[in-house]
This record gives sequence, C-alpha cells and structure tokens, in this order.
Amino acid sequence: MSAATAPVAPAPRPPGAAGPAPGGRRRPLRRGAWWTPYVFLAPFAAIFGTFVAFPAVRGIWMSLHDWDYLMPSKPFVGLGNYADLFDPTSVVFQKFWDGMAATGVFVVASVPVLLTVPLLLAMALNRKFPGRTFLRAVVFLPYVLGVAVVGVLFRFVLDPNLGVLNHLLHVTRLDRLLHALGAGDPVPWLTAQPWAWISLVGVTVWWTLGFNMIIYLAGLQDVPPELYDAAKVDGASARQRFRHVTLPGLRPVLAFVLTMTVLASANMFGQSDLMTNGGPGTSTRTALMVILDTGLGQYKMGAAAAMGYLLSIGLGIVSIVNFVALRERGGTRRPRRARRAS
Amino acid sequence: MSAPGGGARRTTAARRGLGSGVTWALVVVLAATFIGPLTWMGLTSLKSYGEATSSPPTLWPAEIDLSAYERLLSLDGQYPVLRWFLNSLLASSLHTVLVLAVASTAAFALARMRFRGRGLIFGVIVSTLFLPAFVFLMPNYLTIDALGWIDSVWALVVPGAAGAFGVFFLRQFFVGLPVELEEAAALDGANQWGVFTRVVLPNTRPALATLAVLAFLGNWNDYIWPVYVLFSPERLTLPAGLKLLQGAYVTDFPSIMAGAVVASVPVIVLFVLTQRFIIEGVARSGLKG
Repeated sequence: MSAATAPVAPAPRPPGAAGPAPGGRRRPLRRGAWWTPYVFLAPFAAIFGTFVAFPAVRGIWMSLHDWDYLMPSKPFVGLGNYADLFDPTSVVFQKFWDGMAATGVFVVASVPVLLTVPLLLAMALNRKFPGRTFLRAVVFLPYVLGVAVVGVLFRFVLDPNLGVLNHLLHVTRLDRLLHALGAGDPVPWLTAQPWAWISLVGVTVWWTLGFNMIIYLAGLQDVPPELYDAAKVDGASARQRFRHVTLPGLRPVLAFVLTMTVLASANMFGQSDLMTNGGPGTSTRTALMVILDTGLGQYKMGAAAAMGYLLSIGLGIVSIVNFVALRERGGTRRPRRARRAS
Repeated sequence: MSAPGGGARRTTAARRGLGSGVTWALVVVLAATFIGPLTWMGLTSLKSYGEATSSPPTLWPAEIDLSAYERLLSLDGQYPVLRWFLNSLLASSLHTVLVLAVASTAAFALARMRFRGRGLIFGVIVSTLFLPAFVFLMPNYLTIDALGWIDSVWALVVPGAAGAFGVFFLRQFFVGLPVELEEAAALDGANQWGVFTRVVLPNTRPALATLAVLAFLGNWNDYIWPVYVLFSPERLTLPAGLKLLQGAYVTDFPSIMAGAVVASVPVIVLFVLTQRFIIEGVARSGLKG
C-alpha cells in the first residue's frame, strides 16, 4: 500500500491553478489550462446558442412545415410555404406581395435622401465654425429616441386638423403651394397618398439622419487633407475636389452607409404601425408588418417564417450588389491614418 | 476626433469660412428642425386637453396643466406610466450588465487566446451578422414561451444579450492593447482571470462605457419585441406602453405626449451626459472595413 503510493511521480498541476503556467514564457498567448478559453466563452455561447444560432436553424425548419402554433400537428410540407408565396391563388400571396411592394416603395423613397442629405450635412459640419459641436449633437439627438416616441410625436404633429404642421403651413401660406399640387385641405399627411409616404419618409429622415451623418463625418476625417491641398494647388474647383477627392475617399464608407440604410429601411415597422397603422387602406403595411401579423397575430408561423427567409434572401442579394458595386470600382484602398485611440 | 485640438487651423478656417450671418441663420434653422418637435412634445404635455386641441394652437400653455402627468404617474391605474418607466429601467439595466459580462469575456477569449475551434466560432458569429433581426422573432418567441418567460422581464433582458456587435466591438479594443501589459501581469503571477479583470478591463473602460450606453439605449428603445412578448398592462415597457396609450387616448394628446416625455427624458439626459461615447461608438461602427 505504502509502496504503491510513494513513487507517484511529479503530481500533475491542477489545470487552471493560479500562477504562471509552465509553458507561459515560451508561448505568451497560451496560458492556463486548455479549457480556459472555453470557460470565458461559455456565457456568451449559451445565450448565443439559445437565442441566435438555434432560432436561425429552427426558423428554416419551421418554414418547411405547416407550422400553426394552435395546431397539435405540424406536417412537413417541404418548400410548400415558399411555393405559396409565388402562387397567385394562395391566401398569403396578395398580402405578402402588397407588403413587399410597400417596403420596396419605402426603401426606394427613403434611401436616396438618407444617403445624400447626411453627406451634405457632414461636409458642412466638417468645416470649422462656431456651434459646430453643438449642431452635430443636435442633429444626432433624435436618433437616441425610440421609434415609439418618434411615432406618437409625429402622429400628433402631422394630424390633419390638430397638428402643428398644417397650422404652420397655413400661417406661412405654404399650404397654397400644396393645394396647387393637389393636396386636400387640410393636407392629409397620414390619411391619403402620396402624403402618407412623404410623411413616413420625412419622419424617418428626421429620426435617423444623424446616424449616417456621424459615420460620414468619421469617414471625411479619414480623407488625407494633403489630397485636398494638392487638388487646390492644381486649381481644382470645389465641385472637382468633391468629385475626385471626397467621393473616392469615402467609397468604403458609402458602401457601408448604403448597405446599413437599405437594411434599416427594409425593416420599417414602427413608423407605419404608430403613424398610419398601415393605411390609407393597406398602402403602408410593410413586409415586416405582414410577417409579424401572419406569424404572431394569426399564429401561422410556418408561412411567416418562409416570408421572413424570402425577404432576407432578397436583402442579402441587394446588400451584395451594393457592396460589390461600390467596392470594386477603382479598387483604391483608403489609406488609414494614425490609429485613433478612444 | 473631438472638436478641440485644432486651434491654429480653426482661426484660418473661420476666416475663410461661411459668411457668419448666413452660418448663424443655418445653424438656427437646423437646430430648430431637430429640437422643435421635441419642444412641442414637452409644451403639449403641459397643456389642458381643451387647449391642446384648440385651433389655432397656442405655443406656450396658457396655464400649466399637470393633470396629464398626474393621471400617468401613478403606480397602478389603467395606464401606469411610472411602472412602465421602472420596468424599462430594470430591464435595460439588467440587459446592459449582461451584455458587458458576456461580450467582454467572449471578446477576451477571441482576442487573446489560441484554442481549437476559434476560427469556427468566429465564423459562426460573423455569419449571423448577415441575418436580419426579424428572422429570429418567431423562433425566439417559441423559446421564450417554452421557458415560461412570456410577459416577464427576462424576455427583455436575455435574448438580445449575445449579439455579434458587442463582441466585435470589444475585440477590436482588446486586440489593440499592448501584450506587454498582460505579460507583466502574468509574470507577477496573475492567471487569465486576473489578467482579464486587472489589466484588460481597466484599460478599456471607454470602450466598455460606449458598449454599455449603446446596449442600454437599444434595449430602452426596442419596440417590436416588447409589443409581442408582453401582455399585462403592469408589465409593459415604455415603448409598448406608448402604443397602448395612443390606442386608448386617441386625441388626448397632452396625455400621450406626457408618456412620450417620460420615455424620452432619460435617454436625452443619458445622451447629453455620454454624447462623446455614443457618437464615438457610432462613428467606429462604420470604420471597421
């Protein structure tokens, strides 16, 4: 017994014990036991697995079944849910494509404004003048508010009879211009087209313009000032400097802003939900509203999951096209200036 | 990045700058565009119902009427805005703590350790960045249902806590820390946990603060998810409550605006106090590529 215990050669270090591990000096990147990294990753992995990875796969699985929350049996239907979305005689066809069309209108109407106006503002605020920092903060301010606040606020501001916008238009006589363009009296900002779309786009621009502006500003500060000086020496006009220095320097940032803005606009939900309730008619009922109503309102989750995946495939294609279009041409890499510590 | 620092350039720029009258006019118009609607929200919340719906509208309340707040700021009652405020505060605070805890540990492992499967894990996290949020809504609703978390604060705290953004964001900063700091600590006998808590975290406080503010704001403002996972009026968060208020009060705009004021004052205060972190965080999110 004693003979058996005596020669138990060097006791193995308990893994993870405090103190520098033997291999520490040779390979500084690998200290501690082999499982230490997994322990550090475990809390994130548990939540990520449960609420990101698992639902991503489960969503696909649901989309392949006639998955009704209220029904005990959820038969496998293969690609049937997807086929229904392309079958004009199916129940879901009309409302899904109406929703897709509404989302499409919103994307097409809002993205150009959200690309250009913040760029102009960023260029103005990139110059030095008194009040610049204040203005940057003020323009960004609405972005920190939630869509719920923005939605109920502008539901009130744009109210045809009680809203302050129509009052201001009346006082400044600008409403005559709108009447000449065919708007009713009072201007039906939320209850007739195209005014409802104009309102939804305008409010979204007011709300999120600061976000894009801040990203543009950071990008503008990465364009080397030497290039502007050189262009000036060469006699380039302001327009030429914008065309040949600013735009090429901003290309990667433009690609990022374009991609993010398209995705954000394609996810539009709260503005319509709170300001127009999808109306007039169903004209501002977006794809996301249709998906959520189908899945969580009527509990037809298989159909809704198929709609969601079809929309995300579409968005994926659009993102890739955007990115390739803006990234590839010229292939100039923006020179990185000194790393900014924060 | 911050405004001060270019003293010499500022004077020359100001001299050649926009004509100061025009500049000021533009500054005022822009500021009014962004602050005006928020001011209108605040002013309306202080008016009586009769005044708020009168035509033409008044700018300043003829007399300050706090009845909208009195109605809303009770803990019970039909529309307990004060309770929604506390629910939002609790959910967003817990969510922020959870995000910091799980994102920082995971980012440290991914930034500083070599281990089997690191590339794969990183790849999986990256790939989910390309899936839009709405794809997760329904499967997560079922998971929350199975866990018994429907109509509870946990539904608001946990599911969004493992976003890829937090890990990417912190990893950038952790990678940028000089390895020598960590080696010195290791030579002094610190294990990985010691290096993490005594070297990495204290040296990346601004990044952690930025992530904390962004996580808090995102959770506080979240709209779709709370609307679908919460039911009881006393369990709602402010955004979900505002939807309920709007449906109930219709044209009682002072009451609805009072609710909106309660929902926006905390984030506006947070923004004023932590502006630098928020703007820096947003700016960096676009500079990854």
